[in-house]
Amino acid sequence: MNGIHDMGGMDGFGPVVPERDEPVFHEEWEKRVFGLTNFVLGRIGRNVDEFRHAIERIPPARYLSSSYYERWLQAAETLLREHGILTREELDGLPDAKLAAAAKPAAQPAAPERKRPKASARFKPGDRVLVRNINPPGHTRCPRYARGKRGVIRRDYGTYVFPDTNAHRAGENAQHVYSVEFSSRELWGKSAPERVMLDLWEDYLEPADESRSRGKPRARARSAAAKRTRNKGRKR
Amino acid sequence: MSGNHHDTSEHGPAARVKALEQLLIEKGLIDSAGIDQIVDAYENKIGPRNGARVVARAWTDPAFKKRLLTDAVAACGELGIAGPEGGHMVAVENTPRVHNMVVCTLCSCYPWPVLGLPPVWYKSFAYRSRAVSDPRGVLRDFGLELPDDVEIRVWDSSAEQRYLVLPERPPGTENFTEDELAALVTRDSMIGVAKVAPAKKQ
Repeated sequence: MNGIHDMGGMDGFGPVVPERDEPVFHEEWEKRVFGLTNFVLGRIGRNVDEFRHAIERIPPARYLSSSYYERWLQAAETLLREHGILTREELDGLPDAKLAAAAKPAAQPAAPERKRPKASARFKPGDRVLVRNINPPGHTRCPRYARGKRGVIRRDYGTYVFPDTNAHRAGENAQHVYSVEFSSRELWGKSAPERVMLDLWEDYLEPADESRSRGKPRARARSAAAKRTRNKGRKR
Repeated sequence: MSGNHHDTSEHGPAARVKALEQLLIEKGLIDSAGIDQIVDAYENKIGPRNGARVVARAWTDPAFKKRLLTDAVAACGELGIAGPEGGHMVAVENTPRVHNMVVCTLCSCYPWPVLGLPPVWYKSFAYRSRAVSDPRGVLRDFGLELPDDVEIRVWDSSAEQRYLVLPERPPGTENFTEDELAALVTRDSMIGVAKVAPAKKQ
């Protein structure tokens, strides 16, 4: 989804302000959220894609006004409700804290391996690729700033579960992940010696047709489609 | 607003989290000791000192450095460093010509086993938005000015790989032991927003 979380290349958030001698957690409740979310993830089969998507679905204004662990808390509550572990009523009327007798919880499953046996690869290091101009309504790990941009495959990391389907429990659809290099000219129209190395699943990519004149790929695609239509007509 | 912590009043998240934890305890879904355990691990055991050991070893042992740059998971494993978010780590080397830095524009992906949990600035909107489009400007926010002809490579952790920057060994440390070197290595230098400053041997 084209959500507020997809922040690469946005302006207006001001300078980065590092904190000196920063603690791991700033508040006691942040620790509880961190630990609690780990347990919630255990309950949903450690589907981290689904968890990320629950964060992405926080409405933009609320996303921006929440702190990091507040967003985790909201996502944890969303998943507890959607998986039928807590009802909306239970979440709406969260009781005052009284020390409850602790029942023995079930053992937590370990994080499942997300790498899969190597599938055949469509691309190899050195190949020029074009990031498809996709706008999936659900979860995706293809950032907006790279869509429609050309890059070069630098590394093939092997075959991994595809977040775009796995987040929605629509299958693993495992495929190759590549490290793709983009110049700052291609991404931002500037000539500085800066590059972005972005990890992209194969379905986000298509071969960059070097024979096309840059900037006019659509016209060429249209004429190719028209040609196919003409050929079809001839066959009939 | 930029991802910073705030609001600890009774009406804020603190009360709600407490109540949610209680509810889950009553249902037998979680136990507080389990939460204590994982919090303790990331507060006290898993952190950038792990990464500093990896870097110091790479500076003093060329064969290890080669293994680190080829297969960071296996190399870190040699030092007993592994765990969640560390199954697919990749180390990238800074040189006088190339400076690497790491971001996650979409969320907050970070190599936990070597660096622990990310600092607030790494998760901030300011860093996530500008690291890819204006890395030199972001480095200036950290007080690091790189010459115009040094190439910056920004690694956006959008998939499974978690990146560790191998910073340059500072000059004047030729006689340092591995432990002395490790003491110089900062978290920020392993994210790539700082260099390792030389220090006088005691």
